[in-house]
Amino acid sequence: MMVSAGTLPGRDKTSRVSNATRVGAEPSRTARAVILGVVGVVFAIPIVGMIIFTFRDGLTGTYTLDHWTGLFAPDAARTYRNLFTAIGNSLTLAAVTVAIVLVLLLPTMLLVHLQFPRLRRVLEFICIIPITVPAVVLVVGLAPVYSIVVRTFGGSIWTLAFAYGITVLPFAYRAIQSNLESVDVITLSEAARSLGANWFSVTWRVLLPNLRRGVLAASFISVAVVLGEFTIASLLNRVNLQTALLQVSQSDPYVAVIFSLLALAFAFVLLLLIGRFGSTGRDRSPSA
Amino acid sequence: MTLLSTPTIAPPTGATVELVGVVKDYAGHRALSGIDLTIAPGEFIALLGPSGCGKTTALRALSGLEQVDQGRILIDGENVADVPVNRRDIGMVFQSYSLFPHMTSLENVEFGLRMRKVGAADRKRRAREALEMVGLSEKSAQYAHQLSGGQQQRVALARALVTRPRVLLLDEPLSALDAKVRVQLRDEIRRIQTDLGITTLFVTHDQEEALAVADRVAVMREGRIEQIGSPEELYTAPLTPFVANFVGLSNRIEAELVGGAVVIHGQRIESLGERRADGPVVAFIRPEDVAFAPTGIAAVVVGSTFLGSLRRTQVRLADNSLLMVQHEVGVHPAPGERVAVSFAARPVAVGPRA
Ligand SMILES: Nc1ncnc2c1ncn2[C@@H]1O[C@H](COP(=O)(O)OP(=O)(O)O)[C@@H](O)[C@H]1O
Ligand SMILES: [Mg+2]
Repeated sequence: MMVSAGTLPGRDKTSRVSNATRVGAEPSRTARAVILGVVGVVFAIPIVGMIIFTFRDGLTGTYTLDHWTGLFAPDAARTYRNLFTAIGNSLTLAAVTVAIVLVLLLPTMLLVHLQFPRLRRVLEFICIIPITVPAVVLVVGLAPVYSIVVRTFGGSIWTLAFAYGITVLPFAYRAIQSNLESVDVITLSEAARSLGANWFSVTWRVLLPNLRRGVLAASFISVAVVLGEFTIASLLNRVNLQTALLQVSQSDPYVAVIFSLLALAFAFVLLLLIGRFGSTGRDRSPSA
Repeated sequence: MTLLSTPTIAPPTGATVELVGVVKDYAGHRALSGIDLTIAPGEFIALLGPSGCGKTTALRALSGLEQVDQGRILIDGENVADVPVNRRDIGMVFQSYSLFPHMTSLENVEFGLRMRKVGAADRKRRAREALEMVGLSEKSAQYAHQLSGGQQQRVALARALVTRPRVLLLDEPLSALDAKVRVQLRDEIRRIQTDLGITTLFVTHDQEEALAVADRVAVMREGRIEQIGSPEELYTAPLTPFVANFVGLSNRIEAELVGGAVVIHGQRIESLGERRADGPVVAFIRPEDVAFAPTGIAAVVVGSTFLGSLRRTQVRLADNSLLMVQHEVGVHPAPGERVAVSFAARPVAVGPRA
């Protein structure tokens, strides 16, 4: 959605012209505002509710800053030790997952696009599969695999990123693929080759700069997905942000909500960044 | 032009290029079936043919972007079969716009020098000179999307030439441009090529373009070279019906072959190409080889087209066949007018009757 924001104005024009004659054309300006408003309210209500909740005093029902200031109390680090560990875990997982996307998925996609175009459909199919498999089902298959993973790599948290690398596949694939399709990478790489570039230079100097938008989007989306992941971590008995939040919420719901809000805000910022990079890319300007 | 006086881009001595029996298959489909072509140093050859005849494949085989299945490719006598694209030392200009979108014109032109590890100062100077050569010095800081199609192809040409490659390959570099820019740029390509003396292979499906720029034109058909020769040779002495049809305009006239000569409506004309058995044939005659005459084959004028410096008139013969006559503008045949035409005594291409 945000990635394609740059092309919307052009689409607007054509739809406005055909509005009168075509059934099922884009909604009018007011209809759009209403839809956006309703959806916005639906999303905003729980978030606003959460924000208000964090300022409530549970017993008296009055408003207080205590729950927020409590986070900076001298003993906070000890009190919320588990939570901070979990945040560290989730950030580690996000980093490793992004690394997997960049080191495995990106080169694979480039290779298939440039050298084995006939495998494109296969790769797409494989990358989209995880979205059709519920996390619970995924875990059933992953549990025995992880008994081996733990034996091989030890039980440290980052190994969970192997599973996350699979769950983010559809999102990361889409982000990179849409960028690949908007750039004539085949001609660009052939031009670079004819000018004396080896494959490393082709990738580093020509392809990656033109795929920056898709690669960033893939990375940020992966981070957002990993920070919000609960099912797999919980069922595999790992501690990440979401499982820790659930745990904390049972003793201190205010802190759980505060951290949920912060995580939401972080993810929101990431998505905004994707939108920004999506529209500041070179391809925003109309081709002359 | 200016380049010749600057020492940094000296005219490279053009390489000899040879394709010997080159065959290329795509999954059971033969794209090239035995291409033999020798290009002399500094020669400008146009590869001409309809879409899908294998022109791009031949060019890509020479560049190394495509591996060949049989045959040899020699540059200056060296077999380059195992030399990858990036070390074949060729310059390429592509059909689609191929400038690196994230680099300015100057950076684009610098790219090949950067790959050859030329120092920054030297690199910049040579890139500037190359841009100057294509008349775009003032666009050096622009990105591709800020340039017109013609300007982009000029930058692409500068980028391909700045490294002084042994061979220049152009794959329909003008096909995306307006007619006017196309003519302008093709003449400029030819002038720069002559100045640099670089061996050049220019692919096009536009016969006018091929005849206008090339030293020699190779006409391709279904993966083979059907005829190769100077533009004049191809035009005046096409050896096959395909060439006669594809290069320039031809009248197709039913005729009889008698003792190696063509008899058309009672007039005897020598035939071109391989000898055929006597019998019914189709002869291919240029409109300028048909003329109005006081006496000759009776015809009725159908219509006339004004083409600036000349006029073409369509006439119908007694057997209902149509014929194009090219003549001077001053003559105004009126539709329905009864005329007589005759053929010039120039040898014509013949083919079997369909
Ligand atoms: N990568 C490819 N895979 C399969 N067939 C191809 C490929 N490239 C070209 N061909 C086929 O080879 C023939 C010659 O193509 P090409 O050299 O591009 O023709 P031209 O440049 O003369 O239009 C065509 O029939 C085309 O369909
Ligand atoms: Mg082609």
